[in-house]
Amino acid sequence: MSAILTLLRADFALIESWIAPGSRVLDLGCGDGTLLARLKRERGVSGYGVDIADANVLASLERGINVIQSDLEAGLSTFGDNSFDTVILSHTLQAMRHTKRIMQEMARVGREGVVSFPNFGFVKNRKQVAAGRMPVSEEMPYQWHDTPNVHLCTMADFDQFCTDLGMAVIDRRAFTDNRELAEGDPNLLGALAVYRFRKR
Amino acid sequence: MTPSPNSVGAVIPQTMHFDQPLDFRSGTRLDAYDLVYETYGALNSARSNAVLVCHALNASHHVAGWYAGEPDNIGWWDNMIGPGKPLDTNRFFVIGVNNLGGCFGSTGPKSINPATGEPYGSDFPVVTVEDWVEAQARLADRLGIVRFAAVMGGSLGAMQALQWPLSYPDRVGHALVVACTPRLSAQNIAFNEVARQAIVTDPDFHGGHYYRHGVVPRRGLRLARMIGHITYLSDDVMAERFGRELRDGHIKFGYDVDFQIESYLRYQGDKFSDYFDANTYLLITRALDYFDPAADHGDELARALARAKASFLVVSFTTDWRFSPARSREIVRALLDNKADVSYAEIDAPHGHDEFLLEDARYHALVRAYYERIAGTMGSGA
Repeated sequence: MSAILTLLRADFALIESWIAPGSRVLDLGCGDGTLLARLKRERGVSGYGVDIADANVLASLERGINVIQSDLEAGLSTFGDNSFDTVILSHTLQAMRHTKRIMQEMARVGREGVVSFPNFGFVKNRKQVAAGRMPVSEEMPYQWHDTPNVHLCTMADFDQFCTDLGMAVIDRRAFTDNRELAEGDPNLLGALAVYRFRKR
Repeated sequence: MTPSPNSVGAVIPQTMHFDQPLDFRSGTRLDAYDLVYETYGALNSARSNAVLVCHALNASHHVAGWYAGEPDNIGWWDNMIGPGKPLDTNRFFVIGVNNLGGCFGSTGPKSINPATGEPYGSDFPVVTVEDWVEAQARLADRLGIVRFAAVMGGSLGAMQALQWPLSYPDRVGHALVVACTPRLSAQNIAFNEVARQAIVTDPDFHGGHYYRHGVVPRRGLRLARMIGHITYLSDDVMAERFGRELRDGHIKFGYDVDFQIESYLRYQGDKFSDYFDANTYLLITRALDYFDPAADHGDELARALARAKASFLVVSFTTDWRFSPARSREIVRALLDNKADVSYAEIDAPHGHDEFLLEDARYHALVRAYYERIAGTMGSGA
């Protein structure tokens, strides 16, 4: 898991740069609250983390952030329309069943959405599939039979998904080996995708 | 039951007498009254570490510790409050108070009405959660506490914890609201009404003035407790603890106790009717029925909670069908609408409403973490 955490921190820095100081942030699938605590410290944001797991709720509470224990699959009915500047879904989308609904809910409660996910189109994944095996990587460190990931996609898929949902992509970046990709096709060379979008 | 290792130890209840009249929501007035309370830990020099713990239906000011010579008379939230416990009395000054209308020493229906020289009985004013908060605030005044670090309670106690930041926005830093509801449902009121009917139709009730007849409406109180108890437990925990187990191993084709659950309910009812006052039971169930902060705000809870400045921890239990998680989420939603500092935990625990009194590791860890946060913000002045 430490490899994932390191990788996540790479997208955390980017996400932080997208967050206006003092803004209101909702962090969906906040885990132990690392990102929101960082945004609170570095950007002076206010807001809430949301997580379903008891251990994560406790860890977030211990980290000093506001946390709401809730199942994202059930939607965000606890949150009012347009009540946040940014809604973040970091490294969680691929493990959700109601993918479309959570995107729509993010757009409903927030002005902007930020989503990060492992890019299935990454060249190393393509090679493993070409070799006849399901990909196992730093970003997707699971065997096919024990993975929590149910909706994996490529960046090209996600671009189309945003278009279909009426979301405008403001920015999209890719990370590989914990570094932001400077050139080349992100859908081929990026291991982790980070999107910033809003309602069209 | 034996006191837990981290107990506050032997405690002594105290009585505070008040001579300033208290006007109730109902329009009635009490000219003078007593409040019985206990305290644990020490108030720091900044007076910033006080925590008020509010009791629910059948409990009292005896929140933690035991009484000298009565080692089995343990406070009702002793597993939560004490040195090193989630609400740590090494850091916090904790107050438990028996609410007005109670039957454990604070002025209530059993007390002598100075106007008649007899117990108030049913003449005691119907008190509300708001009235209790008012009385608690006066006790705080007398104890030199301008602002509570936290107010905490479960069930009806949680309603008081929720009411505090509404009545006194500047006098409470944090509210811990456990197993609560913003208002009773029709079903909740229905259960209360059955309990009240059991009491008032008991021939020994005498219109609430049973004291002068030297009797108590024991049968009614017993039934009231039995019906209440059913709502405190989950179906699952009843199935697990009692199932269809028979007390004597076989059915007896009669109407005495066959099943263990019957024996348990009767025992609970008997025990309760030995120590609890029937008028207090009526009064407290009414306080539950009437609690509805949204009522004066167009039934919009968010508007009702707008004046709160406190931070909140809201906790519910998945198997609580009396005040279900959905009811707690209404409170959370209203707080979120106000952009309040709120955290919410929904604990998957088996015991139903009563879980708030039990020692559940996840629940206690959350409360501990939250008090850790409170301790970090209150300044020591110790």
